[in-house]
Amino acid sequence: MRQSIIHWFKFASPQGFYPLAGRMIPWFWAAAAIFGISGLWISFFVAPTDAQQGEGYRIIFIHVPASWMSMFIYLVMAFWAALGLALNTRVSGMMAQALAPTGALMAALSLWTGAFWGKPMWGAWWVWDARLTSELILFFLYLGFMALQAAIDDPRRADKAGAILALVGVVNIPIIYFSVKWWNTLHQGSTINLNKAPSMAQTMLWGMLLMALAFWMYSIAVALTRVRAIILERERHTEWVKHALE
Amino acid sequence: MNALLATVRRDILLALRRKSEVLTAVFFFVIVTSLFPLGIGPEPALLKKIAPGILWVAALLATLLGLPRLFAADHVDGTLEQMALSPSPLGLLVAGKILAHWLLCGLPLVLLAPVLGLQFDLDASALGILTLALLLGTPLLSLIGAIGAALTLGVRGGGVLLALLVLPLYIPALIFGAGAVEAHIAGLDIGGHLSLLAAMLVLAAFFAPWATTAALRVALE
Amino acid sequence: MHWNSVGEFFAMGGYALYVWGSFGACLVLMVAEPLLAKRRLNEVRKNLIRERLADELDHPSGTS
Repeated sequence: MRQSIIHWFKFASPQGFYPLAGRMIPWFWAAAAIFGISGLWISFFVAPTDAQQGEGYRIIFIHVPASWMSMFIYLVMAFWAALGLALNTRVSGMMAQALAPTGALMAALSLWTGAFWGKPMWGAWWVWDARLTSELILFFLYLGFMALQAAIDDPRRADKAGAILALVGVVNIPIIYFSVKWWNTLHQGSTINLNKAPSMAQTMLWGMLLMALAFWMYSIAVALTRVRAIILERERHTEWVKHALE
Repeated sequence: MNALLATVRRDILLALRRKSEVLTAVFFFVIVTSLFPLGIGPEPALLKKIAPGILWVAALLATLLGLPRLFAADHVDGTLEQMALSPSPLGLLVAGKILAHWLLCGLPLVLLAPVLGLQFDLDASALGILTLALLLGTPLLSLIGAIGAALTLGVRGGGVLLALLVLPLYIPALIFGAGAVEAHIAGLDIGGHLSLLAAMLVLAAFFAPWATTAALRVALE
Repeated sequence: MHWNSVGEFFAMGGYALYVWGSFGACLVLMVAEPLLAKRRLNEVRKNLIRERLADELDHPSGTS
């Protein structure tokens, strides 16, 4: 037991994590490809045409996974940030930093696909729907996190400041979501429910789940690639980096 | 508790010696709210409808103006480091500074809001609700803003960055604060809005000084 | 399979712009992001290797 704990802590150091990440990345890409291809197959060839929304509803197969991932990545980012603050491990801060751009990308995708879904269904590219608005605010939170980290030169301080911001954001996200929802129901005139989804057929659910898994694996693969770059950038003056580049 | 009051008194004294800084935020508030009718047109019904939102957004931005200075001067002359080393807990001193910021930047807005509301044809009861909502909301803005001010302390492009960090976090206060006045004008019950605003204030009063202290310690390292 | 022809598949029942606009943006971004991340990693690696070479030239003894 003790041995395995020591074993795991080895990967908590940049030195141990760098090669591990390198070995894991191809596997996550493979998983992303498998889930993505099967998910796309279901979304275009198996899932039936929706009675109300015709073929336009197929956007759901990327819109919903992107929204899920954008929220999930923020939680994971905050988890790494908290871990970094509590245990003072260097890799945690680097992971949080590596995840932020991918999370922002997912939020941007969710907004983009939401607009492309909204136009044919509601006749407008943008409506102040509670979910879309919350997603927009989440996107702003990602931008704030990235801007703060970019503005601080000392990486240790950047990690800690970013961690505090991420934790404040995580506490605020439910409050923001709740308040936006309240605001939305108060102004009844513009209420359009995005989630009046077509009676969710079993196949649709499967398609969405597979696509969400693909997005998940993709996010891990990209974040690991980015964290490797960050590790090298920060540890450039250490001895192990010189040997790691053989 | 004495340490907290002493910090409040000190910050207020310092600010009163440089009145222009306090007055800038207040003038900003007055000018911005007066610009909207000029941009939109003088139609009373429309102005009345948008008044709560405009006054709240202007209050948000005016609070933001004073935030970069919350810790900057003390950071530059080393007072902040002395505070961190002092025997009284830093969290208490930080709470004092936040309270002083609210007294200097928030309270004047609360007192001015009813006067500015008259420009928008709000009636007496709506003005009362507006003032009450701002009274609950502006301390919340100061508390959340202090976290952002501490995080961006001494950072490149701090002012703009501060706005980017803090404004999304201000959204719930904006929604419930402006919503209370709107609901009142529409003849709805406003108890929910105000109690949620108060709940958020209590939550922030507990957590924000703590997070601000943590951020300050990071900045001082 | 409910598509009768390739053209019908790409027409998406009249929703082509919206469906392909969404999936296309998704594809573009999800190809670009890994490439950018990969390029960042390669760039750091290249710089580090170059630095080490310069180092070895400065101290030819190899003790460094």
